[in-house]
Amino acid sequence: MEKISSHPPPATIADPIRVLSGLNTSAPPRINNLFDDPIDFFGLLDEITIGVVVLDLDRRIVVMNQTLKAFTGFNQKKLVGAACAQILRSDVCLQKCPALIVHEASGPKCIEGNLVNRDRQLIPIRITSAPLKNLDGKMVGFLETVEDISLLRKLDGTISHAYKFNNIIGRSPEMEKIFQILPSLAQTDSSVLITGETGTGKDMVAEAIHQSSNRAKGPFVKINCGALPETLLESELFGHRKGAFTGAVENKPGRFRLAHNGTLYLTEIGDLPISLQVKLLTFLDDKEVFPLGSVKGVAADVRIIAATHRNLEQRVNDNRFRKDLLFRLNVIRLHLPPLRDRQGDIQLLLDHFLNTLSTQLGKKKAALSPNALKCLLTYNYSGNVRELRNIVEYAINICGDRQIKTKHLPSYLLEAGQVYVTAMAQEPPNRLDVNVEDGLTRPESDQRWPDIEKQMIMEALVKVGGRKNKAAISLGWARSTLWRKMKQYGIG
Amino acid sequence: MGQKYPVAKNETIRYWLTMSIKILIPLHENDVAPRFDLATEVLIVTDVGKTGSGEKRMVVLPRASADQLCHLIITEGIQTVICSGIEDDYYQYLTWKRIEVIDSVIGSSQSALERFIEGRLKPGDIL
Repeated sequence: MEKISSHPPPATIADPIRVLSGLNTSAPPRINNLFDDPIDFFGLLDEITIGVVVLDLDRRIVVMNQTLKAFTGFNQKKLVGAACAQILRSDVCLQKCPALIVHEASGPKCIEGNLVNRDRQLIPIRITSAPLKNLDGKMVGFLETVEDISLLRKLDGTISHAYKFNNIIGRSPEMEKIFQILPSLAQTDSSVLITGETGTGKDMVAEAIHQSSNRAKGPFVKINCGALPETLLESELFGHRKGAFTGAVENKPGRFRLAHNGTLYLTEIGDLPISLQVKLLTFLDDKEVFPLGSVKGVAADVRIIAATHRNLEQRVNDNRFRKDLLFRLNVIRLHLPPLRDRQGDIQLLLDHFLNTLSTQLGKKKAALSPNALKCLLTYNYSGNVRELRNIVEYAINICGDRQIKTKHLPSYLLEAGQVYVTAMAQEPPNRLDVNVEDGLTRPESDQRWPDIEKQMIMEALVKVGGRKNKAAISLGWARSTLWRKMKQYGIG
Repeated sequence: MGQKYPVAKNETIRYWLTMSIKILIPLHENDVAPRFDLATEVLIVTDVGKTGSGEKRMVVLPRASADQLCHLIITEGIQTVICSGIEDDYYQYLTWKRIEVIDSVIGSSQSALERFIEGRLKPGDIL
């Protein structure tokens, strides 16, 4: 018990046998040789902010700190000697007790589970069990820590439901994979090749990569390789010297130099003329650009992100794209899935666009009727997210703060196939269906809406013998609406 | 208050003498199971009031499930459940069904039963 000052032995708990045997000693155990004066072992345990319990070899409680007492809700002195499983009340204790797999030679074992505390709450926990050995290395008990991981679990839930990276939205497994890659991809300086159909969000992904990268403070310069003629494009990309060609009245830096310390996004790279592909290749090799009319190269620290909706391998086979450029760009390839392959994302994007576009257009948030929703969910979006966005924008503009029904959707969508027929057949009684059920002819899809409406009014009037009241009822309109529309179409 | 307590105790004793109480204890080996939802065995004790220690019956459950255990408690007409850890949802459900739940009882099922018969068992008892 006495401190040896010359060669201090390792810190020990005074009278460990009495403590580990679970006896309720009158004198609390102390730690000697750590400081000049012994310190209270219980006091030390109670200072620890995670639950700590010391168990004997029979997994009975020897010491339990205040944190764990508060956590489990058991605060009695009688806890000493009680079976650990009875106090912790954790599924771990009953099904896969870590103390059972811990042995002298093993390290700590960590298992996650849950416990039911005295307040009858089920709390997720992480139990770490480590063997306690005496000075001869013989196991005399276990040290277990119990951590409340409810906050972590909540965060896990948030992470697993994270469906957004910058402005890209998606919850499908395909998009989740991309969201997982993007942050690490952004941190590198490698060239990225983004492929995918039109409207899949290639531009947004490129911008997201830039915004999440170390170059975010630098410029993000975008150029469409298919939008300009070859000669202009060369000047745009690489710049020119004054007098390089007729009309070159001053020096022009070019997009590469403008993107210095930032990112250059080359969209529609598949449409880049062969001659410029060589120049781009040179830049990728040497990180230097040669402006038109200049013999001196200019260094530019630029990250290249390229995108195309074309099949570059096919273009290589057709000798329209250089194989070596493809290999240089194809360092990191990111393929964005078409919307039709992103299960569950259509609904998510619909909700998102309904929210954002309603606000942008200054309209009330419109809801989709079940049939309109069905129609939108089953449509094959060849234009992908861009097309979906446009459809929602159209519908919000047309519906006029009311519910969006199938008739508020663009006509090409309704003509697209069987979906329209099924959806319309199941539409709850509304203006159009009343007529259909009444035996009136279904409006032909190639007609304009005003013509259809006029025809509906005429047929309704004929059917009820010209009585406007009844016609309005059969159309599902107020009498004043019918009157206004009749006036608009010059009926009666 | 001093006068009311013996009256209440007498009433309890009278209740046991006249009624047959049916108790259920979820088991883990010979102890009260630490978790209601993880118990795969239960002890049902009937006619506690009539025969003193009552008639005991062990029921082995097909799997651990708090829902199934609640169903068993209801269908068996259990009046008192002695258990340890029980989630609040199940506790509230059982008490709503007018079943007395004495929870957080730690110790052997025999000691818990004995103490219950003596009228001394309280929630949170470590036996």
